[in-house]
Amino acid sequence: MANNNVFIALQNNEEARPIIEAIEQDNAEARVEYAPAMVKIDAPGRIVVRRETVEDLIGRDWDPQELHINLISLSGNIDEDDDAFVLHRGD
Amino acid sequence: MAAKRLNLREKYQKFTRDLAWEPTYQKKSDIFPQTEFEGIHIHDWDKWEDPFRLTVDAYWKYQAEKERKLYSIIDAFSQNNGQLNVTDARYVNALKLFLTGISPLEYAAHRGFAMAGRQFGGVGPQVACQMQSIDELRHCQTQIHTISQYNKYFNGFHDWNHMHQRVWYLSVPKSFFDDAMSAGPFEFVTAISFSFEYVLTNLLFMPFMSGAAYNGDMATVTFGFSAQSDESRHMTLGLEVIKFMLEQDERNVPIVQKWIDKWFWRGYRLLSLVSMMMDYMLPKRVMSWKEAWEMYFEENGGALFEDLSRYGIRMPKYWEVSVKEKEHLSHQLWATFHNFGHAAAFHTWIPEESEMQWLSEKYPDTFDKYYRPRFEFWRQHTKEKGRWYNPTLPMLCQTCQVPMLFTEPDDPTQICYRSSQYNGEQYHFCSDGCKDIFDDEPEKYVQAWLPVHQIYQGNCGGASIPEVLEYYHLVDGQDNKEYLESNDRANWLRWKGMADTEADREVQAVVNE
Ligand SMILES: [Fe+2]
Ligand SMILES: [Fe+2]
Ligand SMILES: [Zn+2]
Repeated sequence: MANNNVFIALQNNEEARPIIEAIEQDNAEARVEYAPAMVKIDAPGRIVVRRETVEDLIGRDWDPQELHINLISLSGNIDEDDDAFVLHRGD
Repeated sequence: MAAKRLNLREKYQKFTRDLAWEPTYQKKSDIFPQTEFEGIHIHDWDKWEDPFRLTVDAYWKYQAEKERKLYSIIDAFSQNNGQLNVTDARYVNALKLFLTGISPLEYAAHRGFAMAGRQFGGVGPQVACQMQSIDELRHCQTQIHTISQYNKYFNGFHDWNHMHQRVWYLSVPKSFFDDAMSAGPFEFVTAISFSFEYVLTNLLFMPFMSGAAYNGDMATVTFGFSAQSDESRHMTLGLEVIKFMLEQDERNVPIVQKWIDKWFWRGYRLLSLVSMMMDYMLPKRVMSWKEAWEMYFEENGGALFEDLSRYGIRMPKYWEVSVKEKEHLSHQLWATFHNFGHAAAFHTWIPEESEMQWLSEKYPDTFDKYYRPRFEFWRQHTKEKGRWYNPTLPMLCQTCQVPMLFTEPDDPTQICYRSSQYNGEQYHFCSDGCKDIFDDEPEKYVQAWLPVHQIYQGNCGGASIPEVLEYYHLVDGQDNKEYLESNDRANWLRWKGMADTEADREVQAVVNE
């Protein structure tokens, strides 16, 4: 089987928690693993962080660029615009 | 007419691309004189895009927020004597290695990206390199500030930059970066942004920083993750530059592959120091080196290179060797440092019984068979005849500058030796990977400043160990040697209200879950 996993790792803190929750909601195949102080989320092929989902969870406007503050690491090609942050393999 | 709010893409265009202009009275090749000599062909610099589309105003906004958070935690850490909350004073030795080995590389990266940004002919990479250059300066500064708290209480932190320039094993990280900075701008970013930051630094920052948290070091995990939040951007730059070069011209593919091969191996050899930090220097362990290598290199790196195969790029040469070595690496490194602990800027020790148990479980095929007997022998020797240090100096690999301690990929009982002739002289290497790198550019690597050669040539204060320690600014009996006999340990027991009787001379290790 081809290995096309992508991952995103975030700090395990108050600000990142709703982002992690949003990722779980929008990515059925995401696997969430907790390590001391951090959370690593793996998924085959693609992970999307949707602005709307995060905003619903935190009750305020949210800019996908705010991800930078609590981001630890990632693997995959990035596509970012005003509505979503996407990690994917391939074109 | 009301001004329309720009979307991210438009904003990036306006704030970045529109900064560029075509020169009229100077030739572009005079303005950017280093863009061609490496053989990389670029046709359209505008094809380079930062996928984060980070503009300078957003950059300052988010960086300021990261700094505010970081410094409030650093303040809390020192106000509450956070250094007393770490699992065990042995842990602090990993920080000594970090400050002397890694923090100076952050500063080197600051310089390197300033230089690379100046040489690229497109505004996308110029802006990305400028931001990274500022990030790296921030990383160096925050590490110095954070670790300065430890300097008040523990030995060995007092002259880290001086040590970085001189101490034998610190020439491993130093020469790695010097090698990259003395290459051209495209090789530099392939080396640092792609091979090191994208492919390899997860191994340093993820398990190690998570390990710092696990060992109660709130300060280190905070600067670590704060730096790492910039790292995602650096990694993305690394992947972007690779894809950009590969898409611009087919003739770039073999050059890029050669650099990936070289810098994977250089970076992997540098990380052997991290393998020992993970398996031996953290009293509480998050994962073994072997598990980390499987997760971050074999699995993630595998997916990355599968993705890049559409450009004609394959896995880096000798990656199979790294997979064979994962069973042995950390043990061979720690054994070597244990034996040369009198010349190191941190303390060394024999793992406690519970730690040996953990190593046996994590390395069922190798630890009990090859390494446990050595450690038990040395422990016994210390009991009967005192702590043993190797009185000779080790032979170093001409390329990676690590002592010749690695074994043959298929025979862990034989040290691996390779050599090449150049201009009538013989040069020695730890591996085929290091030999290939030398053979490709011998005129560069014959100039390596090898600490052991330099000592024998009389360039390091003298030929005896005390003279060399003085040249390193290390105080014998204070900053070096066995942990059990150290001031650090005696102080630690005093601060923690533990008695230092002969009976608990063998410190009880923190039991790993
Ligand atoms: Fe950095
Ligand atoms: Fe970096
Ligand atoms: Zn080598």
